Amino acid sequence: MGSLRSRWVAVAMLSPSILAVAIFVYGFIGWSARVSLSEWRGLNPDYAWAGLQNFINLFGDRRFQIDMRNTLVFTSFFVIGAVAVGLGLAILLDRHIRGEGIFRSVFLFPLAISLIVTGVAWRWMMNPATGDRVSGLNLLLGGIGLGPLQWHTTDPPWGMAFVALPAVWQMSGFTMALFLGGLRAIPEELKEAARVDGATEFQIYRRVIIPLLRPVLLSALIILGHLSLKVFDLIVALSGKDIRLDVPAIYMWTTTFDANNYAQGAAIGIVLLVSVAVLVVPYLWWSLRTEAEL
Amino acid sequence: MSKRFLMAGMALALTLAACTASGGNKVEVFSWWTAGGEADGLAAMVKVFEAKYPQYTFENAAVAGGAGTNARAVLATRLSQNDPPSSWQGHAGQELIGTYVAADKIQPLDSLYDSEGWKSVMPAGLIDLISQGGHIWSVPVNIHRANVMWYVPATLTAAGVTPPKTWAEFLTTAATLKSKGITPLAMGEQWTSMHLFETVMIGSLGADGWKALWDGTGDWTSSDVTDALNTFKQVLSYTNADSSTLAWDKAADLVISGDAAFTIMGDWAEGYFKSKNMEPKTGFAWAPAPGTDGIFDFLSDSFVLPVNAKNPDGATAWLKVAGSKEGQDAFNPLKGSIPARSDGDRSLYDVYLTSAMDDWKSDTVVGSLTHGVVANDAWKAKIDTALGLFLADKDVAAFQTALAAACTSDGACK
Repeated sequence: MGSLRSRWVAVAMLSPSILAVAIFVYGFIGWSARVSLSEWRGLNPDYAWAGLQNFINLFGDRRFQIDMRNTLVFTSFFVIGAVAVGLGLAILLDRHIRGEGIFRSVFLFPLAISLIVTGVAWRWMMNPATGDRVSGLNLLLGGIGLGPLQWHTTDPPWGMAFVALPAVWQMSGFTMALFLGGLRAIPEELKEAARVDGATEFQIYRRVIIPLLRPVLLSALIILGHLSLKVFDLIVALSGKDIRLDVPAIYMWTTTFDANNYAQGAAIGIVLLVSVAVLVVPYLWWSLRTEAEL
Repeated sequence: MSKRFLMAGMALALTLAACTASGGNKVEVFSWWTAGGEADGLAAMVKVFEAKYPQYTFENAAVAGGAGTNARAVLATRLSQNDPPSSWQGHAGQELIGTYVAADKIQPLDSLYDSEGWKSVMPAGLIDLISQGGHIWSVPVNIHRANVMWYVPATLTAAGVTPPKTWAEFLTTAATLKSKGITPLAMGEQWTSMHLFETVMIGSLGADGWKALWDGTGDWTSSDVTDALNTFKQVLSYTNADSSTLAWDKAADLVISGDAAFTIMGDWAEGYFKSKNMEPKTGFAWAPAPGTDGIFDFLSDSFVLPVNAKNPDGATAWLKVAGSKEGQDAFNPLKGSIPARSDGDRSLYDVYLTSAMDDWKSDTVVGSLTHGVVANDAWKAKIDTALGLFLADKDVAAFQTALAAACTSDGACK
């Protein structure tokens, strides 16, 4: 009787958030999907059926092709950079150095900053101005005799790689925390056993520790990957609406709110959703299955 | 417990209802004038309104954000909920017409123009560009000029050049300047390159050629357009390398510091130069952009009357003030623009603005692309994309094809 009652209380307590998620997440996903199949242009909704025409237009659109290429370049540099830097920092911190707590906080702090702030700050640091207006990182490079870089204004597609730099700076602390947690979870006995067998420190990392970090690595890849597919604020803060650094999220915004083309904007949104889902759904399925096995 | 929740909910709902229903005499005016001279100008015009119509209370519903990007998104949401403000600000011309007239959100104002006699005090070229289907759709409060070239006379004297009168002359002058280590033309982020694009097009095609591109009679694929685009490409090669990272005022800074010789920007730049304690005509000076002498490339902020306005009489009263000599002479000296009416009180305006007032009366009026007069939002967005791609690859043929396609898909060539 008592347990039945507590079950009802649980359902009652959960139902507002279930309802909210059902409407504001899944309801709106469904609505966006419907709009993406419509002919809605202008302020007044127009649900006339357009079939897949908006998607066909999109994939034939030169700007959208550039967006896809840019996303690919950004994602590669961002994910590899953040994982490499995060893993490196985690391994260094795992040596139980003095003041570890301070280092950990220092590396994690960028995560507390909004991407807009990061973008504005790095816009100054990666200033490509030359001559006596040179500033930011180019000033440092000039001091050690290296030529000024064009940074994110480098000719496409490599300008996009420089946009990944502030993103790596911001997110590598987060991957460091993930990897540090993973490293701390590896039992000391395993490393001891390897040492007894005569393995060098490098071999221990290469053959024992890093393979054991694989689940953490997968989580990191999923989290970083879906963040980079959705990147918007960092680029807007860094470069405004410069088309050379355009990504689908920015194109969605200009299509919807500057051009009032709601159907096409919704189509871009759905493409983004699907590409994130391709990444996240197998992971969720995998982690649910392993949880069930435990 | 649930009962108490319900009661609280109902109380909240009632309060909300009371908030939206109160004040039948409220005139809620929506704009993006939240800072600087624009906000001061609005406040001055509100004072005129309150003195003339004490029966109404003015409610300022301004939303911050340059050129109204945020404000327009908020407005679109309110309109979709059928909750329009009494009146709102928008760039006069196709930006308003293509969005709000096409969606049946605003009313024609022909009778107001007749009863207030505005047709005789506003240039016919202006009335044409804010009309569609034989009706006038908004009340322009101010006029800005887009085709102005700004410079510092001392920089030009030192380099031994004079302001060029045509784009061909500009290219020669630019080569001289470049050889002396001066950036010929300072440009900023992408919208300022669209601003440059339109002045090069007007300067190359002339007023009639430019107008024809927007009313469907012109040919985007013509060789004249090709020539103009080639000129634009050459002009771009004389701009600063870091343009995409600069706002327009930072580009103006290059002219102030002497790093660059010219910048082409709307006449809101005058206020910026003055804010740097520079004297008009001696410290900084201006000329029409090359090839556009006698042409006034305008943009304007204007107010509209929504369909289903909550307080139509109050909204009309606001529009009457916005179109009146008194209202415009209160607003414009503070905003740094000239009145749309040709009978403004010249003693209120500075040396640049009085010269612009003279030109406004005598010049051929054409509309700005960048600032919403000649193209609707969808068309302009397509042009913006084509321009962005051109800035990256400098492919004139592809740019012209994309411009012609934009006119067919979203513009006047439909």
